[in-house]
Amino acid sequence: MAVLLRNRRIVSDGWQSLEPRRWLQVGEDGLVPDFPAAADLIITPRLWALRREDLLERSGRLGLRLEPEDDPGAFAAELGHFALLAVNFPKFGDGRGFSIARLLRERYGYQGELRALGQVTRDHLFFMDSCGFDSFALRECEDPEEALSGFGDFSEAYQACVARPQPLFRRRLRA
Amino acid sequence: MYVYDEIDQRLVEERVAQFRCQTRRFLGGKLSEEEFKALRLRNGLYIQKFAPMLRIAIPYGMLSARQLRKLADIARRYDRGYGHFTTRQDLQLNWPKLEDVPDILAELATVEMHAIQTSGNSFRNVSTDHFAGVAPDEFVNPLVWCEIVRQWATLHPEFSYLPRKFKIAVSGSAADRAASGVHDIGLHALRAADGEIGFRVLVGGGLGRTPMVGIAIREFLPWRHLLTYLEAILRVYNLYGRRDNLNKARIKMLVKERGPEKFRDEVEAEWAHLKDGPSTLIIEELERIALRFTRPSYEQAPEIELAKSGPIASWVQRNVHAHRIPGYAAVTLSLKKTGVPPGDVTADQMDSIADLAERYSFGELRVTHEQNLVFADVRKAELAALWGELRALGFATPNVGLLTNIICCPGGDFCSLANAKSIPVAEAIQRRFDDLDYLYDIGELDLNISGCMNGCGHHHVGHIGILGVDKNGAEWYQIQIGGNQMPAALGKVIGPSFARVEVPDVIERLIECYLDERESEVERFIDVVQRIGIEPFKERVYGGTPQEPAHRKRRLAIA
Ligand code: SF4
Repeated sequence: MAVLLRNRRIVSDGWQSLEPRRWLQVGEDGLVPDFPAAADLIITPRLWALRREDLLERSGRLGLRLEPEDDPGAFAAELGHFALLAVNFPKFGDGRGFSIARLLRERYGYQGELRALGQVTRDHLFFMDSCGFDSFALRECEDPEEALSGFGDFSEAYQACVARPQPLFRRRLRA
Repeated sequence: MYVYDEIDQRLVEERVAQFRCQTRRFLGGKLSEEEFKALRLRNGLYIQKFAPMLRIAIPYGMLSARQLRKLADIARRYDRGYGHFTTRQDLQLNWPKLEDVPDILAELATVEMHAIQTSGNSFRNVSTDHFAGVAPDEFVNPLVWCEIVRQWATLHPEFSYLPRKFKIAVSGSAADRAASGVHDIGLHALRAADGEIGFRVLVGGGLGRTPMVGIAIREFLPWRHLLTYLEAILRVYNLYGRRDNLNKARIKMLVKERGPEKFRDEVEAEWAHLKDGPSTLIIEELERIALRFTRPSYEQAPEIELAKSGPIASWVQRNVHAHRIPGYAAVTLSLKKTGVPPGDVTADQMDSIADLAERYSFGELRVTHEQNLVFADVRKAELAALWGELRALGFATPNVGLLTNIICCPGGDFCSLANAKSIPVAEAIQRRFDDLDYLYDIGELDLNISGCMNGCGHHHVGHIGILGVDKNGAEWYQIQIGGNQMPAALGKVIGPSFARVEVPDVIERLIECYLDERESEVERFIDVVQRIGIEPFKERVYGGTPQEPAHRKRRLAIA
């Protein structure tokens, strides 16, 4: 099982990612395959659109994996179905996922697990955490023990964000 | 000058520690070249032709004498004893050792300086008018706003991985000395009829491969909304800016692709969610930031008549500028002496300048995007003495605003992106136009040189712009005319490019054409280009019969 950082701890990941094609293919019997009933599954928007009923019938939890070009607003009304949202970072420098995370948390009120996956390095962790991610599927070559220190790269930030909903200038005033 | 508080200081120190760790991981083989590149670029560290280059931020160009001494010290101990001021109001060191960079950053942190976001695809140094706070034509002092934007743009959790670099300029006077029209965002501070401060917001300006002048998407944004509105613009850009093609990744391309109206509608729709949110500015914060700025304690200084004749007169005319306080003036130190690469200063000179700043200008100075330095608060009674000292140091060349005040990027001598060298071209032109009387006769003229498309030398907005291009591996120079900084206008290419040796002749022919065409002494080169178009200039340059260089002819005429 892959390791994961969740709430700043190293944990093993119980979620299973589904590759859409396989689950949309019609078999010899003329039917699409059944989903594992009890497993926690991370699906894609396409699978969700095409097999929503089947997915909802199961007892296991659902997670949805978004790509940087997906509009999180399109799922705003359905967020209650998902215990996990995963946002993919296909490249080190692709920062769209930071905006997506803030939108999910701040605008659409998503409270469940928000996972960063893809090119997630320790050097991203402070910013990702600030933007509302709480779990991190580090890229393969990253040492999870060492990566944990990335959360502490900075002790403050000027801006308002998910982790610090008030900007520094308002917090200063209160102190 | 803004003075850090404890949190500002801590963040800079934490950035040093973070970078030290990244460097250690790289040197220890735990980070690949490619990965380390992405990290070091966020901290101004390039690997250039011959050595690393470190770009140090000078926020909105303000520097204290103490900081300048530290820069001198660093240049001496970690580099070859000099630094280069850039058009971004930064300082570049061209020869530091990679493994020394964390120590250099630690040294910088001791004087409230850093290299955060001086390169890479994030917010760059906020820039402003080099006469901010002292210019008589100013409606709003932009410095407090610069600092507010600087803090907001520093280590922004959401916007640190943008599609491309992002430059913001703030200006607060009629003459837009911050060149805000050619920035990703230009903010013009204004005062409404009731005295309320707000901003005209320009988006999508920029130089580089596809130069564009910014478009106003808000005529008056009340100051409280500044950060939420910036946030809305940046969110639209971060989500929808092109990431597949570096050359199309700047916000100007998004504005162009969407069309300004649609772009503005998207920003406004996003802003509707953010407006009046927690990032809405409060008066207490303005006051807090304003109080952290040191302010010169002006005295009752006598208003004295400035010399109109003698050797000092031309310096007074070109390098001394009006000040809003009676008895004071601002002074430009020209870093454009012929034979010295534009913007270069040695460590010893930095120390001397720091001394002068302390004695003549409250211990502060500014870096201009024209790669000069400014003492903003000099008593008029002391101008003559200052002039003497500057002359001895070689910083009194009276050429501000004139042809030899060339803006020039480091080009092929240093920069690995260059198509061609730029420093030797600048020098050849300066030598050609060494005759001061002739230079004054030509009058105001901005000549800008970039070594490649990226346009760090702002060639697009020079009255004359020179661009290094590559033709089958050889260095050639494309020449354009008609660009302007304020109001921003982009130059037009006059025709096929030239070999390096030809460039001074071409410039001379352009000048000759101008002198023949101008209707009076007050009509500047740029005015003539705007009036008659580029054709007559083209004709003069490419027209066939070689012309006798004009200035020799004129000298003869004078003699
Ligand atoms: S314009 Fe080109 S050559 Fe000159 S400094 Fe910029 S990138 Fe380098």
